[in-house]
Amino acid sequence: MSNSFVSHAKGRYFWAALAFVVVAVIIYGWHDPKQPPNGGTWYGYTLGTIGALMILWLLYLGKRKRNFANGWGTTKGWVSAHIYFGTALLIIGTLHTGFQFGWNIHTLAYVLMCLVIFSGFFGLYAYIVYPGSRNRLKSSQTLDDIFAQLEELDLLVKKIVGKISADNQSLVTSAINRTEFGGNVLDQLVARDRSKVMLNGTLVDNRDQAVVVSQLVERLTLATGDEAQQLTTLVKEYSGRQRLLRIIRRDIRLNAIQEIWLMFHIPMSFGLLAALAAHIVSVFIYW
Amino acid sequence: MEVNLYEIAVIGAGPGGLSAAARCAELDIPHVLLESSPKIANTIQKYQKGKHVMDEPGILPLRSPVGFVAGKREEILSVWEDGLTHHKVKVEYGAEAKSISGQKGDFTIGLVSGKEVKAKHIILGIGLQGNPRQLGVPGDQADFIQYQLDDPDEYSGESIAVVGAGDAAIENAIALSKNNKVCIINRKDEFARAKEGNLNLILAAIESGAVQGFYSSSPTAVEVLEGEEFRGNLVLSTDVGEEKIPVHRVIGRLGAIPPRKLVESFGIEFPNKDMSAIPALTSEYESNVPGIYVIGALGGYPLIKQAMNQGYEAVAYILGHDVKPADHGLIEDKFKVLPYTEDVDHILKLMQERIPIFSSVNALLFRELILDSNVHVKQAGDVVFAKDDYSSSFYTVLEGEIKTIINADLTILSGVGAFTGEGSLISGRRRSATVIAGENCILIETPRRTMNKLIASIDMVKRVLDETFIVRQIQTKFAPNTPIAELEPIASKAVINLYAPNEVIMQEGGEGDTFHLIRKGSVTVSNNVDDVDVIRTYLPAGADIGEMALLGDTVRSATITATVKTETVSIDKQAFELLLSRSPGLREALQAKTRSRHQQNINIAGGDGADGLLSFLMDQGLGEATNALVIDENNCVGCDLCEQACAATHDGTSRLDRKAGPTHAHIHVPTSCRHCEDPHCMKDCPPNAIQRMGAGGEVVIGDTCIGCGNCEQNCPYGVIKMSYKSKAPANFWQWMLFGIGLRPGKGAVASGGENEIKKAVKCDMCIDQSTGPACVRSCPTGAAMRLSPEQFTNLIG
Repeated sequence: MSNSFVSHAKGRYFWAALAFVVVAVIIYGWHDPKQPPNGGTWYGYTLGTIGALMILWLLYLGKRKRNFANGWGTTKGWVSAHIYFGTALLIIGTLHTGFQFGWNIHTLAYVLMCLVIFSGFFGLYAYIVYPGSRNRLKSSQTLDDIFAQLEELDLLVKKIVGKISADNQSLVTSAINRTEFGGNVLDQLVARDRSKVMLNGTLVDNRDQAVVVSQLVERLTLATGDEAQQLTTLVKEYSGRQRLLRIIRRDIRLNAIQEIWLMFHIPMSFGLLAALAAHIVSVFIYW
Repeated sequence: MEVNLYEIAVIGAGPGGLSAAARCAELDIPHVLLESSPKIANTIQKYQKGKHVMDEPGILPLRSPVGFVAGKREEILSVWEDGLTHHKVKVEYGAEAKSISGQKGDFTIGLVSGKEVKAKHIILGIGLQGNPRQLGVPGDQADFIQYQLDDPDEYSGESIAVVGAGDAAIENAIALSKNNKVCIINRKDEFARAKEGNLNLILAAIESGAVQGFYSSSPTAVEVLEGEEFRGNLVLSTDVGEEKIPVHRVIGRLGAIPPRKLVESFGIEFPNKDMSAIPALTSEYESNVPGIYVIGALGGYPLIKQAMNQGYEAVAYILGHDVKPADHGLIEDKFKVLPYTEDVDHILKLMQERIPIFSSVNALLFRELILDSNVHVKQAGDVVFAKDDYSSSFYTVLEGEIKTIINADLTILSGVGAFTGEGSLISGRRRSATVIAGENCILIETPRRTMNKLIASIDMVKRVLDETFIVRQIQTKFAPNTPIAELEPIASKAVINLYAPNEVIMQEGGEGDTFHLIRKGSVTVSNNVDDVDVIRTYLPAGADIGEMALLGDTVRSATITATVKTETVSIDKQAFELLLSRSPGLREALQAKTRSRHQQNINIAGGDGADGLLSFLMDQGLGEATNALVIDENNCVGCDLCEQACAATHDGTSRLDRKAGPTHAHIHVPTSCRHCEDPHCMKDCPPNAIQRMGAGGEVVIGDTCIGCGNCEQNCPYGVIKMSYKSKAPANFWQWMLFGIGLRPGKGAVASGGENEIKKAVKCDMCIDQSTGPACVRSCPTGAAMRLSPEQFTNLIG
């Protein structure tokens, strides 16, 4: 973690953001507007202006990270600053409200801002935790490597089953052909397993390949001689296949969680931008 | 029978040979052009269809009766064929020379067919490709046997036997197996010579049944079948007896017979056994056998235009015409900065007289060397190169003097004839000292590649460089204040040792009283812990090892193993005692160093997963890296901004493949250039387009790339791609707001224009970006890092 965006430049932006927040809070406590604190006092306007500029700057990360050829500093530094100043914005924005809320466009902007920031917190958590756990889950291999292994294992399993009876062959082949993973976002998030298998002429649910494994084990107990030996190998290889599928499904799930927050964070940021514009315009109209 | 005595016989109808023959025809000189294959320019015929052939070096004028401009393979070949017809050149195809006897004025060339050709002079332009090795069994002249495969898609539904076990055989077998029934015949019981990628492919293909594999099998005969479904039988001798394979086609990929043996059998001498050596030639391309002239790639000139010019010039020299070589004007331009009034030939001669290391170089090679070199007139105080620079060219002093700054107190003066820069030339590492120009200084700067060619060709140059390297190395490392003359007796006892990759230099627990300076390559230091070798650290060229033995402890405390091909200079105890006596303070300095090394070993040993990681990095070939991209998988979120940044800053093609490459624990080594200290890619680049440059020693492919693909093949790490340039750079705001154009970082183009070729591309460390490598700079989480080997130990713990 020594080199990560969290501790970039010895936590430079953490300390800067902290100092910024502390100063803002101290001024809030010190200033005396002769009315309940709100966005309309001199300090309220100041915080509002700073907060609006911060929002624009935070949004600019989307452009900055694509400035490949030039641009100040490193993307990592910008991300680090984005995180800490984005967090600071929560305090700045809250102080700007003076704790006055209502059913209006102003509070809508505030709520959207909070949602964006909280989705960002989740993203921060996901980016810190998931890459490492996904790497360990896959034993330092890529998902493509695992798929390649699965493909190889499928071939092997088909080859073994080819030497045993026809009904075993159709069981295993249909299970392989009807193995599914991924799917829509929701499927990915909950690692839904829609795998099926053809069993005695009907299509049955084969979640986690459980039906096939139990069928094979059952047939193994009845088998004798050569067939028993081949079924033993088949069960061993097939459970290896089951293990790979679990890893794939779990990795797809973790990947979906790792990326899902962006589907909220970014659209809501644009929503916030619109609400912010409306908030500012309305403030000036009713001034 | 009347025997025709030709004035000139040209052997080999490559660019050089056909140019020579056409010149003979133009001048109406009795000549013959002997070509072993059925067509001209065998090597170029083998290029893929439609390949764009470059005409580098662009500045060199063409001198030939036959035309040549950059263009498609087919166009160039047809211009040459038309040229031969137009000039009525006498060509004999299928005429493979196997012997030359006689002398100037009366040579007899024996052909494989048994025929003999007589000529007064011979021009030899047979290139370096060699002839494909034939099956060498009865029936191997059958018309369904071929030794080349242009386009695998030409064949379908055939039964094809591929004979051979190298990369070419495997690639052909796999490509053909899509539409044909293919078997591969391997004389051995495994594919030991193949690249790992090809090995995996062929084993998988055999396993799946896509290709039938015959191991421990050799062809014994080919039987021709008439009027049957198959055109013949390939008879094999296998472990289980004879086997007949009915085939439509046999493709022999048994490698080529390098022409050197053949050339030597003609009486032409090579200076040494080095495979890259070229025959010694006069400035008029004449070999040690008077009357035999060597041109083109065989003579050390791999580019088409050079070869064609030489063909023309060789004819002129034979006829006694006084022609200036085509490069005359180029050298003249180079010499314009010099304050001399003499002509080019005189200046070249003067250079060889003044600079001893070049004195034994033959005039032709020296001319070539100067063509690659630059002359610099320096002002006193100008920096030639600075300590820790990553440049690697070699400097010789033509006039005046240079000053080598060893340390603050010591500067060494060298005068006319001296040289400098041999350290980086040999090791490929940073400069070990700063050199500045003295009064009236004129220097010749020769690129590393040219010097390496010279070292391979001339033993004397190698010897002088080695001796100087050793004595200067000892001086800078141990005795900066001792004059060179006093160190020479010690240096003369030093020995240069060569180690293969993974060879043990010293064994833990063993006795030994020599110490080694690593001058090229790198080593790992390991200890045996519970019967497992635990790598403690990594040392690159420039480091010294085993000095503890000289301070009294003769039992080795660690095992030292070469990670790549490594060269060391070793000094024994006796010589070292002499050195200690001549350098006060050296003993104490070495003891202090030993102490800190012990401490470092302890620190590393305490780290987490230290041994496994270093071994893993060495296994990935990072032992020869000077700067490598590694990714910390604990931080990598897979956003691919690194690849997008690379593509966006490099004509639309990413030069790194993030997902590819292995991972150990959480350290991933993606496919990306590691800027080897002795780059494999630079070994065989005809236009010399690959250079080391910049402060980091980046290996960069320049614009003069001719797209030959040699570097792509030579790189063991697969980091070089052949690619077109992208035309339209992506615009963020257009893409973001209106969805117009390409997404930034996705600007790759699939195919080029009419006259574009694919050129070699790879990581250039963003040498033209002031802010450093774009991949690292654009990584949002800090997962991507570029590390030099010295920093590998930082990954531990």
